Amino acid sequence: MGISSLYMLRENISMSLSNIINNRLRAFLTTLGIMIGVTAIIALITIVQSVTTEMTEQFTALGASNVNINASGTALKRGLNPSDMQTLLNIENVAGISPNISLTLTVATETGWEEEATVEGRNEHYFASENVVERGRAINPIDTESINRVCLIDKTLMKSLFYGIDPLGKQISISGISHTVIGVLASSNMDLMRQAQGGRDNGRIIVPYTDAMKLSGTQNITSMVVYLKDSSLAEETIKKLEHALDTAFNFKENSYFVFNMQSLVDTMNTVLDMMTALLAGIASISLVVGGIGIMNMMLVSVTERTSEIGLRKALGAQPKHIQGQFLIESFILSVIGGIIGAFLGVGLSALFCNIMDAKFTISWSAISLGVFFSAAVGIVFGWAPARRASNLNPIDALRSM
Amino acid sequence: MSEFFRMRDIVKQYQMGDELQTVLKGISLDIQSGEFISILGPSGSGKSTLMNIIGCLDVPTSGEYILRGRAIADLSPKQLAEIRSREVGFIFQSFQLLPRVNAMRNVELPLVYAGVPARERSKRAEAMLERVGLEDKLYHYPNQLSGGQQQRVAIARAIVTQPTLLLADEPTGALDQANGKAVLGLFKELNEEGHTIIMITHDLNNARQASRVVNILDGLLLEEAV
Ligand SMILES: Nc1ncnc2c1ncn2[C@@H]1O[C@H](COP(=O)(O)OP(=O)(O)O)[C@@H](O)[C@H]1O
Ligand SMILES: [Mg+2]
Repeated sequence: MGISSLYMLRENISMSLSNIINNRLRAFLTTLGIMIGVTAIIALITIVQSVTTEMTEQFTALGASNVNINASGTALKRGLNPSDMQTLLNIENVAGISPNISLTLTVATETGWEEEATVEGRNEHYFASENVVERGRAINPIDTESINRVCLIDKTLMKSLFYGIDPLGKQISISGISHTVIGVLASSNMDLMRQAQGGRDNGRIIVPYTDAMKLSGTQNITSMVVYLKDSSLAEETIKKLEHALDTAFNFKENSYFVFNMQSLVDTMNTVLDMMTALLAGIASISLVVGGIGIMNMMLVSVTERTSEIGLRKALGAQPKHIQGQFLIESFILSVIGGIIGAFLGVGLSALFCNIMDAKFTISWSAISLGVFFSAAVGIVFGWAPARRASNLNPIDALRSM
Repeated sequence: MSEFFRMRDIVKQYQMGDELQTVLKGISLDIQSGEFISILGPSGSGKSTLMNIIGCLDVPTSGEYILRGRAIADLSPKQLAEIRSREVGFIFQSFQLLPRVNAMRNVELPLVYAGVPARERSKRAEAMLERVGLEDKLYHYPNQLSGGQQQRVAIARAIVTQPTLLLADEPTGALDQANGKAVLGLFKELNEEGHTIIMITHDLNNARQASRVVNILDGLLLEEAV
């Protein structure tokens, strides 16, 4: 590119701008398609990304630092024994492991009973990681070690078995075995979920897991929650857990199942990424439609300015000069549409995030994508009209006056 | 005087529907450098068509045209544009100014295509507008100028690239007598400064201002002594 091409470029830009300004309304209507396309692309990408971030945060809050293990085991070994548990507990980054035993048993006091209460076996790690005790104390290592007959009850059981009485220190019979109430559980989302699912909430009661194993008559633990110190290392820790489990079950397939919220989040992110690409793809169809609009306007413009083109040729304009002039005009038109569209898209997604109460982050990649595509559309769809202008016979062009 | 161009048996035909119309029927014409000639003929005789061929805006259907030693028939659109840019200045009956830019910008336009830097362009445009007596109208738009002033802007535009050949197609056709006279006076001056000038007209009195008059009738030339 020589220095004179640079003068030409500057000249073309100023000619294009003055021409666009002289045809404001038409230029605006023409770029509307591009504007809408870019707005749609940016808004869709930004909104999906904001929602993804929001969902990821919520899921992570739900327990990305937990790993659930379901170890149904093999025919020879149904579940994990206490020494396997100790092995898992010694793995790096493991803060604690709480067995997850859930039974449905009859509980009773002198004044009342509940036939189908949920009895859960837990240990101190459960209480260390989840804030569930409202009153009284949690289960401690001594309780699990010496199989103390103690329990914590939820609000439902407190109402149905100890109406108007302070339950702490009172006795409660679980499957006929007497337990001392040491604490009351706070209401949790889980209670609400149970109510929503089952309709009737029969109440929940937590005992030391060793006690629960006795109550159910099992020797093995088949379900547990592993609490992690650092959830960002979840993947590596899960590998180590899986290795330990493989060893425990002699590398037998399907003997256990490990589930982490983080892996769910990862899967969800993949799906949302695919969705973003799909939506952006659909939105870019409107960019193509916008490009056709630009092509149409440029063709009209070439016809209207036939005599101007002829005159410029008479004054020494080469075909490439004329082509450059029209190409730059459609490029500028398209990029202006793209930039306005970018502003609209950002505004729209900010508004949406505000309404949805999601955190709004500007997606620079979406903005540059939108502006880049609009520029490309301007060049691609401006090509044919510019070509036509440059090939006009100067005589026909001049005679049309 | 050296030969400026030579034309031999130039024929120009147009396809009009099924009919082939022969507008120029074999024109031969030699022009020397520094000549001021008039081409005189009635409307529809082919004057403009001939002028377009001389100015390399159009190419003949057949015949030989050699401009300053170059055979025009072999040139590409780009090369023809370069010749128009360097050698030819056009002046039209209807002025042909761009309506949306001022006199300065109109005069600068040929310099844009000749690749002249912006500062140099405005210097030269200003000098040319002064040359045609419009130093106080530099930033006027065409619709703020009279016909005579517009034609003088067009002349400034035609001479700003210092072309060797000035081609004027009925330059006084749209002007009153006084303005027409002024334009013709300007041409004489430019001719004395060394420009080769070809002026097309259908007015015998105007034609007589030139040093040589050529008649064109129905696509054929007749030389006329002055
Ligand atoms: N591009 C063209 N297509 C068809 N016919 C044309 C074209 N240019 C000129 N003509 C015809 O050629 C004839 C001469 O035209 P022109 O050279 O403009 O005459 P003049 O300038 O002497 O009035 C006219 O009959 C005109 O209709
Ligand atoms: Mg004519």
